[in-house]
Amino acid sequence: MKGYEVVMGLEVHAELSTKTKIFCACANKFGGAPNTHVCPVCTAMPGALPVFNRRVLEYAVRLGLALNCDITRCSKFDRKNYFYPDLPAAYQISQLYAPICKNGCMEIALEDGGTKTIGIHQIHMEADAGKLIHDPANEQTYVDYNRSCVPLLEIVSEPDFSSAAQVIAYLTKLRETLLYLGICDCKMQEGSIRADVNLSVRRPGEALGVRAEMKNLNSFKAIARAIEYEAARQIEVLEKGGTLVQETRRWDDNKGRSYPMRSKENANDYRYFPEPDLLPMQIDDQWIEGIRGSLPELAHEKRARYIKDFGLSEFEAGIITAHKNISDLFEEIARQSGQALESARLVTGEIMRMMNNTGILPEDLSLDAGKLAYLVKLVIEGKINRNSYKDALNAVFTRNVQPADYVKEKGYIIVNDTNAVAQAIEAVIAENPNAVTDYKSGIQKAFGFLMGQVMQKLKGAGNPGAVKAALTEVLGS
Amino acid sequence: MTAIEISAAIKAKKLTVLQVVEDYLKKIKEQNDVTNAFLYVAHEQALARAAEVQAQIDTGELDDSPLAGVPIGIKDNISTMGIETSCASKMLEGYTPVFNAFVIDKLEAAGMIILGKLNMDEFAMGGSSETGIKGAVRNPWDTARVAGGSSGGSAAVVASDLVPLALGTDTGGSIRQPCAFCGVTGIKPTYGAVSRYGAVAFASSLDQIGPIGGNIDDCAALLSVISGKDERDNTSVIDKPFAFGDSTDVKGMKIGIPRNYFSNGIDDEVKNAVLSAARTLEEQGVIIDEFDMPMLDYVVHVYYIIACAEASSNLARFDGIKYGYRSKNAETLAQVYRLSRSEGFGLEVKRRIMLGSFVLSSGYYDAYYKKAMQVRAIIKDEYSKLFQKYDMIISPVAQSTAYKIGENIDDPVKMYMNDLYTASVNLAGLPAAVLPCGFDAAGLPIGFQLIGDAFSEDKLVTAARAFQSVTDYHTKKAGGNNS
Repeated sequence: MKGYEVVMGLEVHAELSTKTKIFCACANKFGGAPNTHVCPVCTAMPGALPVFNRRVLEYAVRLGLALNCDITRCSKFDRKNYFYPDLPAAYQISQLYAPICKNGCMEIALEDGGTKTIGIHQIHMEADAGKLIHDPANEQTYVDYNRSCVPLLEIVSEPDFSSAAQVIAYLTKLRETLLYLGICDCKMQEGSIRADVNLSVRRPGEALGVRAEMKNLNSFKAIARAIEYEAARQIEVLEKGGTLVQETRRWDDNKGRSYPMRSKENANDYRYFPEPDLLPMQIDDQWIEGIRGSLPELAHEKRARYIKDFGLSEFEAGIITAHKNISDLFEEIARQSGQALESARLVTGEIMRMMNNTGILPEDLSLDAGKLAYLVKLVIEGKINRNSYKDALNAVFTRNVQPADYVKEKGYIIVNDTNAVAQAIEAVIAENPNAVTDYKSGIQKAFGFLMGQVMQKLKGAGNPGAVKAALTEVLGS
Repeated sequence: MTAIEISAAIKAKKLTVLQVVEDYLKKIKEQNDVTNAFLYVAHEQALARAAEVQAQIDTGELDDSPLAGVPIGIKDNISTMGIETSCASKMLEGYTPVFNAFVIDKLEAAGMIILGKLNMDEFAMGGSSETGIKGAVRNPWDTARVAGGSSGGSAAVVASDLVPLALGTDTGGSIRQPCAFCGVTGIKPTYGAVSRYGAVAFASSLDQIGPIGGNIDDCAALLSVISGKDERDNTSVIDKPFAFGDSTDVKGMKIGIPRNYFSNGIDDEVKNAVLSAARTLEEQGVIIDEFDMPMLDYVVHVYYIIACAEASSNLARFDGIKYGYRSKNAETLAQVYRLSRSEGFGLEVKRRIMLGSFVLSSGYYDAYYKKAMQVRAIIKDEYSKLFQKYDMIISPVAQSTAYKIGENIDDPVKMYMNDLYTASVNLAGLPAAVLPCGFDAAGLPIGFQLIGDAFSEDKLVTAARAFQSVTDYHTKKAGGNNS
């Protein structure tokens, strides 16, 4: 880095998974035929007025509390004015003067094993814009307002990051937190979580340098690459004696470089002012405390509990809590089977393997915990063997079979019935006199053959230990 | 006949709804050219509605609705489903809303019949109803003169009896000043009493829809219909519609009269008529007390900063993209915006958008918008202090009677000063009733206003009723003489 240090701050936009949009009753759903989730409000027809969806406020406060923020007791909306075809009112309802959450922080784990506290400057609520669709065939641009007025939280960090790894650690934990709070589905590919990075470089001890804001970062990988590129670009300009301009740059992940979008000189003057159509929100302590009390256990809290109460390893606890769907599944299997350790082994083993093989993402995972718990119980109680267990799990994964029927049909239930075992042994001895003779004359491998024959008669459902003991006894007599 | 009398006659089977509607439609057809007050006459819709409403009246469904069967005209900035709503602007020519304003649903449920849409200043920006795309509204008392604005069409149609009732909107005096100029009665309701849903926004924190009629009882009946809670308007803070009694008892009521409203600039004839109105109320037992209205010198400035700031944002949606006017000369996106807005908006609208954009722009926000909001809070506070002392305030509406068409159109500052007596009422969100109280030497009507504390409409209506019970200015109808 030629003696430079990198200073970064993040602006993350998270689309909230409320049932309806932030200022109207339209469905808040990704996709759908263009302009099918719209109404006079979210298309800004003349005379239509916004009505605030209080669920958005609740979600914002949930995140604010989880990130140790101060909650603003009299929060207000402001209008951010600019022209663009995806913004039907030509203003975005956002928050500038009294954002809902301020002064929070989040602790992230560093690569060296230490931790770092990242400041959260503010979290504010706003409405998303629609989407432009360019048709290269006829060189036309169309606009789809389905996304117009989808609720967003913008989480603005302090400029506390000094490496791409820290940025990724923060985003990973923020994503995890949003998922655990159940307020955002965090599908980066659908744009439900988007991050802009503000980056500047300086010599240690110097004042902050001129920053560039990087947009269009669509994956963690793109973020890491863009940071590396931008830091190198700025250092190169400075090293060549040049000066940097404050600007917004667009990352092109295919080309592996960024391009200037606009500089400070031609930046929009958003002419913010208080939104007159919406009254200030009065938020009382009791309501906030109610939300605090209903906050779910977050990932880091779960990890600690798994290790302490269930005796899981840090590694296992880490894998399980990496996504809320996984930890929910784990807890449900563990609860129904009463076998936390075996459940953890199942989730971190067979289920992870299955997901890797099939490419199923944690957010799309939907397995019946009850069926898996049933199999966990069978294998722990010795009623099926490990091979049968794996096969039955696979049948549940691929065909969602009823495990009770399946193991019965396959004859996987281990027979402990001594009568049945005795009868099978008797029959095998009668059918294989030569092998019996061989065994009695000291040829040990004849035992294995006889054992195999007995297991075959029991259709694999014999308890090998019990069968071995019984066969030894019969042959020895 | 008053609106209430028309409805009673229909219920008593002395008239049919169709007779009433056809009679008014005929008058409109014959006389609209005199005032140019109707932009659009909903002839077919009105006849169809007449049959529907008659059926409802016949079954007794509308027995409790004192305005059932009464025709009404609607200012063209209030959304009417299926009926063009252009705000008298080229920008919205041909735009037909897909939804009704709250007030339209309410008055249709009450059995009223919309006869058409009324001319106004473009986007309600003006005090003379001269700036609309279809030309000026002419004052029925003297067609060389303005009807006032911005609800000039609404006041003119009532004054010339082309409809018994009309809806207007008032952002800085836009119901009251045309009522005064046309000699009719009107109410600017408390902010939050009537839903703004469907009223094309000019200045969201100031706009209110209100009734214009021939007398206070008709206006009060219409206000009862259109007021009430609307979940679609966050600023709708009333819990239930107004219910007005029939009292004329004003004994012991204390009414303040602001001395400094009468000192300079005001015409003597207007001044005398308003002072005489105060005496009339005094004779009925009101206690009149003089005071000096604080902050008067700041009202117009503060009003224009706030109204234009909000307007610059509210009118940004008219961008040539989704509906309304798009310039045929535009090739790039920037041109779609620039040319559509340059060609689609009139001069006064553009002037206000620019003024509003300027006061909100970076580096000027604190000096203009923020400061104006601070002064607005002081004005509001001063009013609440006054209402600890007085039940209401009596004041002139304008400094003069209706002026000549074209007389002030090139002098925006003079035009803005028209709002001196009215705009502070909107800044403070208060209700006011405007009543005719005389004529000048040229025979032009003079009006005055009674300003009340928030949600004191009942008291205002009582005082207004008391005044009209002993005066007959409101019963005079314009002849539409061409001078």
